[in-house]
Amino acid sequence: MPGVDGFMYPNEIELQWSVLIVLYPFLTGLVAGAFILASLERVFQVEAVKPTYRLALLTALSFLLVAPLPLQLHLGHPERSYEMYLTPHRTSAMAMFGFVYLWYLMAVLVLEIWLDYRRQIVLLSQSSTGWKRAIYSVMTLGSTNISERALAIDEKAGWLITVIGIPSAFLLHGYVGFIFGSIKANPWWSTPLMPVVFIFSAMVSGIALVMLLYMLITWARRQVIDMKCVDTVARYLFYIFVIDFSLEMLDLIHRIYEADESFRSLDFMVHSKLYLSHIVVQIALGTIAPIALLGLTQVAKLSDIARKRIYAAAGCLTLMGIFAMRWNVVIGGQLFSKSFLGYTTYKMGLVAREGLLMAILLTILPFAILWVLVKVLPPWPEASSGSIPDAEPAR
Amino acid sequence: MNITRRHLLLLLPAASVAWKYVLAGTPEAAPNYKLSEHWWGMLIDLPKCIGCGNCVRACQAENDVPDGYFRTWVERYHVSDYDIENPQVDSPDGGKKGFPPAKDVKGKNFFVPKLCNHCADSPCTQVCPVGATFVSQDGVVLVDPKYCLGCRYCVQACPYGCRFINPRTNTAEKCTLCYHRITKGLTTACCENCPTGARQLADLRNPADPIHEFLKTHSVHVLKPSMATRAKVYYNELDGSVR
Repeated sequence: MPGVDGFMYPNEIELQWSVLIVLYPFLTGLVAGAFILASLERVFQVEAVKPTYRLALLTALSFLLVAPLPLQLHLGHPERSYEMYLTPHRTSAMAMFGFVYLWYLMAVLVLEIWLDYRRQIVLLSQSSTGWKRAIYSVMTLGSTNISERALAIDEKAGWLITVIGIPSAFLLHGYVGFIFGSIKANPWWSTPLMPVVFIFSAMVSGIALVMLLYMLITWARRQVIDMKCVDTVARYLFYIFVIDFSLEMLDLIHRIYEADESFRSLDFMVHSKLYLSHIVVQIALGTIAPIALLGLTQVAKLSDIARKRIYAAAGCLTLMGIFAMRWNVVIGGQLFSKSFLGYTTYKMGLVAREGLLMAILLTILPFAILWVLVKVLPPWPEASSGSIPDAEPAR
Repeated sequence: MNITRRHLLLLLPAASVAWKYVLAGTPEAAPNYKLSEHWWGMLIDLPKCIGCGNCVRACQAENDVPDGYFRTWVERYHVSDYDIENPQVDSPDGGKKGFPPAKDVKGKNFFVPKLCNHCADSPCTQVCPVGATFVSQDGVVLVDPKYCLGCRYCVQACPYGCRFINPRTNTAEKCTLCYHRITKGLTTACCENCPTGARQLADLRNPADPIHEFLKTHSVHVLKPSMATRAKVYYNELDGSVR
């Protein structure tokens, strides 16, 4: 049979989870990582990363809004997906997705953004005109008190939500890891390390994305990049990346040393069908190279321009590597037979419901949403601190 | 009784759920069939299997299984005495049209019919996000096609490769042990059409079922016991190389 080497159970030849399911953990990982970066400033008082705080929150929201779309498009019956809310099956890891997602979206992210922007929204609702005024007025949700006392309450509530948000971000993405890690039938997925690896890789990808976005947007706005900020972000990225890589290596070494019944099959797959995406893209280009680049900035005294270039290169390589990691987990986990006697091939369609074009569209969509969000809720420091002369705080 | 707006708002969700059950209709009646009196499984007597593919054809005809997908299939194993851990396995078109002559007649050659193992602790049931797949009271793992989302998580979770997504319905599908037949006192289509009696439906809750005597007197195993799924498809003289 074309595309099949050795023996596959006959129902295994067709892959069940496509590139859209690769996107799902990739997007949720970016959400969780961006939020963790935002919490560095809010909870852990890392003041240097403050310029990225609001951008990180808006990035998290943009990607979170798109995260369920690949799942929805992938379902055989998307019109029945609401059943997960009405009759969730308690033993299913996937059944909790809707609840974890809603909790994170509504109870954490939207609330935190609203509290953080409330003063600005109220001021904008008073200073703008026409449809803009209407939009901002709706966004105040009728809460127009921006007295110092009210803002102090906002601040405390926002802090508390961020504290709750950190374990929630871990839950959001650790849970995605658990969806794969709990499948005992699949030795490529079945490891208790999977949720932990997912959490750390999520942090790595989210931090890299916000760092890149901050540098890109600041450059596009012809502003000066705050080097203290990007240096700090890059340092955290480096530390977390080292932990992430160590965990992945631990998993790899454990598998090689234990060499259970599935090992020969998985080892062959890594050295054949997954060689490019796993060894070359994920490990060499997507992990070792960015860690080396970021490590270089920690030990060598480099000029601002050199560091900027290195951070940009490391950020891009990191995102590519984490995407490859998601690819290797999702697609790699379906390329070998559960009989350990054969391998199949993933054929990605181009213009199909689960094809390449759809995947590209879903990757671009969060950036379009972010563009709108940035227009509506400017995350720049001058926008938040600047007062509007005509506006009077409402009582 | 005066129904206020508040009462109405409380009643509407309950009424909508109730209406959903009404729309779902009532299952086809099977007179005298009591779920609690049965616990279904299957016995595969491997030395009797001749790889004719009758079971696969019968299953496809009985259950309207689309081409290229299998509720049951037959594998042919060739185990060399020099490499017993790495068998050569083939299953052309699921063994539907039988098998071409074996290339290597040295070593062991034998057939292994496969189907859903109707596990009592089935991983597919565990992972279904809405409970569309379930173990019935009489021990058969079933899928409700009107409820299945088509998320394919169950396909991933089955260690035996028994599930597929029916391209016509976009829902998960698998062997039902011909539930529509066995609840009416018939046997499954595959058992009915097996010329050698290699496949036998077994009711483990029926003390008079010959399965009990067979299990006591033969060397019987299940597939992948390490998966701890409490599979109920029992293989007589199962070779250790079978996966």
